[in-house]
Amino acid sequence: MNRVVSLWLAVGLIGFFVLPWYALEDAFWSFGWLLDGYPLDRDTAPAIIQIAVHGKVWLAPLLVFVLAALLVVRTDPSARYFAPTLTFAGVGGLGYLFLQGFTIGIGGWEFASLEALFGPVERQFGMGYGAVLLAASFLFLLTSSFAARGSVSGDVFVAGSIGLVIALIAAFVFFPVSRILISAFQDNDGVYTFTLFVEKITDAKIWGLRCLAENVSCGVAWNSLILAVSVGFGSTVLGLAFALVTTRVRLRMGRAFRVLTVLPIITPPFVIGLAMILLFGRAGVVTQFMDWAFDIPPTRWIYGFTGIWLAQMLAFTPIAFLVLIGVVEGVSPSMEEAAQTLRADAWTTFSTVSFPLMRPGLANAFLLGFIESMADFGNPFVLGGNYGVLSTEIFFAIVGAQNDQGRAAVLAIVLLTFTLTAFYVQRRWVGKKSYVTVTGKGDAGLHATLPRRLTWPILAVVIPWTLMMLVIYCMVMFGGFVETWGRDHSFTLRHYADAFSVTTGEFGLVWSGAAWNSFWTTITISAIAAPLTTGLGLLTAYLLVRQRFAGREAFEFGTMLSFAIPGTVIGVSYILAFNVPPIELTATGMILIICFMFRNMPVGLRAGVAAMSQLDRNLDEASLTLGANSFVTVRKVILPLLRPAIAAALVFSFVRAITSISAVIFLVSADYHMATAYIIGRVENGDYGLAIAYSSVLILVMLAAVSLVQLFVSQRKLGRRAASERQPVVDRSEVAPA
Amino acid sequence: MKKNKLLLLGALSLAAVNFGPANAADKLTLYCSPQIEWCNLMVEAFSKETGIDVAMTRKSSGETFAQIKAEARNPKGDVWWGGTGDPHLQAAEEGLTEEYTSPLFDDLHPWAQSQAQSANNKTVGIYAGALGIGYNTELLAEKGLPAPECWADLAKPEYKGEVQIANPNSSGTSYTTLATLVQIMGEEEAFELMKAMHKNVNQYTKSGSAPIKAAARGETTIGITFMHDMVTQIVSGFPVEIVAPCEGTGYEIGSMSIIKNARNMESAKAFYDFALRADIQTRAREAKAYQVPSNASAQPPDEAPDLEKLTLIDYDFAKYGSSAERKRLLKRWDDEVGALPR
Repeated sequence: MNRVVSLWLAVGLIGFFVLPWYALEDAFWSFGWLLDGYPLDRDTAPAIIQIAVHGKVWLAPLLVFVLAALLVVRTDPSARYFAPTLTFAGVGGLGYLFLQGFTIGIGGWEFASLEALFGPVERQFGMGYGAVLLAASFLFLLTSSFAARGSVSGDVFVAGSIGLVIALIAAFVFFPVSRILISAFQDNDGVYTFTLFVEKITDAKIWGLRCLAENVSCGVAWNSLILAVSVGFGSTVLGLAFALVTTRVRLRMGRAFRVLTVLPIITPPFVIGLAMILLFGRAGVVTQFMDWAFDIPPTRWIYGFTGIWLAQMLAFTPIAFLVLIGVVEGVSPSMEEAAQTLRADAWTTFSTVSFPLMRPGLANAFLLGFIESMADFGNPFVLGGNYGVLSTEIFFAIVGAQNDQGRAAVLAIVLLTFTLTAFYVQRRWVGKKSYVTVTGKGDAGLHATLPRRLTWPILAVVIPWTLMMLVIYCMVMFGGFVETWGRDHSFTLRHYADAFSVTTGEFGLVWSGAAWNSFWTTITISAIAAPLTTGLGLLTAYLLVRQRFAGREAFEFGTMLSFAIPGTVIGVSYILAFNVPPIELTATGMILIICFMFRNMPVGLRAGVAAMSQLDRNLDEASLTLGANSFVTVRKVILPLLRPAIAAALVFSFVRAITSISAVIFLVSADYHMATAYIIGRVENGDYGLAIAYSSVLILVMLAAVSLVQLFVSQRKLGRRAASERQPVVDRSEVAPA
Repeated sequence: MKKNKLLLLGALSLAAVNFGPANAADKLTLYCSPQIEWCNLMVEAFSKETGIDVAMTRKSSGETFAQIKAEARNPKGDVWWGGTGDPHLQAAEEGLTEEYTSPLFDDLHPWAQSQAQSANNKTVGIYAGALGIGYNTELLAEKGLPAPECWADLAKPEYKGEVQIANPNSSGTSYTTLATLVQIMGEEEAFELMKAMHKNVNQYTKSGSAPIKAAARGETTIGITFMHDMVTQIVSGFPVEIVAPCEGTGYEIGSMSIIKNARNMESAKAFYDFALRADIQTRAREAKAYQVPSNASAQPPDEAPDLEKLTLIDYDFAKYGSSAERKRLLKRWDDEVGALPR
C-alpha cells in the first residue's frame, strides 16, 4: 500500500464526495453551510451531488482521473506502470479541472462558439473547498509520479514542495500578472495592436534625456533607475554599517541600535514623508530655524530626488540591516581567527576574510533596496515634487484622469525589466563561489572586532543618522497629540479618542472608535499571512539552495516576479484575475492574505537564501547518512540554524502586511478594510492628526510583535563564546560539538 | 507519511481562511468617494431609515472607477456615490453604469439635471464645487505680493515659483481647470496662459487637492483647487483666503451612479432616491462637506461658497468629459506645457 498515494487519494475523494464543491458566500468559520441544506442544496452540495442532481455533468470526467490513481494504490512505486498512471491522473485531472473552470463561468459558457456547439449549460461559481482539495490531490499525485520516476533523487517531499510552490506561483503570480500585462498590447477597446505598444514604450515621457541639456524633467524610467541604484547602494552601505556596529563594536548602546533600526520598517507609509516635510519643507521647523539663525532662505529642496532618496533610505536601510545582520553574525570567527593567527591585522582580516564572506548578503541587500525603491509608492507620492518615478506614474495611469490601463502595463513592463536585470546582475556578482561558514565543525571562536579605521567612519555615519531618526519619530509621536500638526500645537487627546475610544454600553464594552474595525482586520489578516509567507519563502529558499532540479533558474525568476511588480499593478491584476470563477476571491479576506503572501514571500526567500548559502551541505548529508529523510533534515538541522532568517522573515512579512498600501487599496472591501487604506483616506482629507495617531498605535503594536519574535525565535546557538564570559560556554547546539 | 503532513497542512491552511463575503437578505454595497465622515453619515442615516444593511468602501473616485472597470464582468458594488463627475461620465460612456431616473429628478438644480442628460441618465449630480485660487495670507504678506484676482494674474512674473497646481494627467481637478481655461479664453489663449504660468508653478502635484494643503502649511503661496477644499483648510485653522477668479470659473459636479448588473438593484435605487432628498443633502455640513447640494430645496452649508455670487461659466460637461477630447487636450498639455524647461 503506497502511503503517499493513498493519503492524497483520500483527500481527493473527500473533496469530490464530501465537501461543498463551490465557494460559499459565507464566512468559513461559521460552518453555517452544514445546516443550510447541505448536502443537497445547489450552493453547498459536493461534486457528486452537483452531477447527479443539479445537472453539472461536466464535472463527471474528474472522477475518471481520481479512479485512475486508485488503480495504483497498492502498487510498488518501482512498478513500470505506477508513474505513468499517476502522471495521467495528475495532469489530466488538473488540466480538466481548469479547462472546465475557465470555459464555464458565472454566465454559462464563456465562449459563444462553445455554446453554439454544445447548447446552453448551467452557470457555475468559483472553486470551493471540494475543488481546492481535489486540485491539491491531483497536484501531489503528479509530483509523486515525478519522484517515482527518479526526479530529485526520488524524494517525495522535495518533489511535492517544488510542485506546490510552482502551482501557487502560477496561480497567484503568473496568472494575474499576465492578465494585466496583456493590456499593454491592447488599445482601449481591447483590440490587439503591436504598433500602439511600440509607440507607448518608446514614449519620450519614459525615456526622455533632454534633462541632460536643459532644465526639464528626465524620462521617468531614468529617474526611477537613478533613484533605485542610489537607494540600493546607500541602504546596503548603511545597513552594513548598522550590522557591524551592533555585532562587532563593543558599545553599550548596541542593543538600542537594533530596536531603532527596525522603526522605519514598522512605520506606515506617508508618515515619514509627512514628518520630513514638517522638518525640512519650506515652512519646516529646521528650514525656518536655518532662515532665522543663518539667513539661509527657505527653499523647496526636499521636494524631488533628494527628498525621496532620504525618505527611502530611512525606510529601506532596516531591510538591508535585517538581511545583513544574519550574514555578519554567520561569518565564521574561526576563519577570522585563522587570519589573525597568520598575522593579518584587523584591516586585512576584515577586507580579505570577513567582507568577502558577506558578499551574498550584500548582494541580496542591494537587490532588496533596489526593488523596494523601484516599487515604493508612498514616499515619491508625498515628496516627489516634479521628480516623476515609474511607480507613481503607474498609479496615476490607472486611477488618474487618463485611465489608461495599457500605459500602466507598459510602464510596469519597463519597471519589471529593470528589476529583473538587477536580479540577474546580482546573481552574476555573487557567482558560484562558496560562502559556507557554518560547517558543524567546532567553531567556538569570537568575532574579530572592527579595525579602527573602519569603526570611526562607521560611527560617524550611524550616530547622526540615528539622531535624525529619533527626531523624526518624536515629530511623528508629537503629531498625534496636537490639534493641527504644523499649525496649532495645543495639546489634545482628541485624535486618539476619535480613533480608539471604547465606551461601555448595554452589552459590555463597545469599540466605538472609528479605527477599531480596520485595526482588528489588519492585525488578524497580517497575523495569518506572516507565518504562511515565511513558510513559503523558506521552503522556496531551501529548494533553491539545496536542491538541484531542471528549471531551477526559471523557478527562482518566477518567485521574484510578484515582488518586483508595483503594488498598484498587482492590485488591479488581482481584481481582473480573481473577480470571476474559477478562482473567485474579490471582497474576501483571503485575497488580501494571498496578496501579502506572494508579495512578501521573496523577502523571506532572500533572507533564507543568504543564510542557507552559509550552511555547509555536509550538515544535510550527515543528517541524511544517519537515516533522516529530507523533511527531518530540514526540521532538525536547517531550521534551527536559520532562526535569524526566520525571525527576519516573520517580522518582515507581518509588518509589511500592515504597512503596505498600493496593492491593498484595490483589494480592501467593506468587510475587510485595512488600516493603511483608512489612513490614506484621512491624509487625502488633510486630517493628519487622526492619521498620525492611528499610525503611532500601529507602530507600537508592531514594535511589540517584533520584540516578541526577537525574544522567541531570533537567536541561533552557534556554539561560540560569549564575549564577556570567562569560561567556555557549554555547547548546547545541535550541530556544533565543540 | 510525516513529510506529507506539512504539505497537507499548507494546503488546508490555504483553503481554511476562505473568508467569504457576508451575505444578508437586504443589503447594499456602496462605493463611496468623498471623505469618510460624509460616507459614514450617509450609511448610518440610510440603514437607520430603511433597515438595509450597508457595506461601504471608501476609495477616491479614480480608484473606484478603476475597480468598477476591473469588476465589470462580475460586479460587486451596487451604488457609486460621490466623487468628481468626470469618471462617472466616463463609466457611463463605457457602459459600466445603469440608467435610472429618480422620482426626485425634477427637484434638482439644472446643472445636476444636465449632468444626467449628458450621460443618458446613467449618472446624476449630487453636489457642485467651483474652482478657485487659494493663497496663504501670511506668506503672501511676508513676501509683499499682491493677492491674485484673475486667472491671468497667475502668469505674472512676481509669482515665480509660488504657484502650485495638480498635473492634469493624474488629477481630475486639474483637468477641470484646464478645460475651464479653454472654455473661458479659447484654446490657443488658454495654452498661452498655461505656458506663461509654467515658470511660476513650483510643482505639478499628483493629487488634485494637494496644492491647497501645501499652501495651508506654507509650502507654497498659491494653490489652485476646488473652493470646498479650501474651506476645509480654513475651518481647520489655516490662514487661507479664497479668490473667485474675475474671468469666471468652472466647476465639478459630484455625481452618483448605479453600477450595471448590481446585485441589489432594489436597494441601490432606494439609496439613489434617498441621496437626492433635500433633508439628507442638507445634513452634509455635519460631515464638514462644504459643497453645494444638488437638490434645489436643500440648504447649502453657511461656509460653502455661494454659487449664485460666482461667475460660473456654462461648463460643457458632455464635450470636455468625453474621452476623445480629454486625450487630445492632455496630449497638447504634455507637448506644449509639461515639456517646457523651467
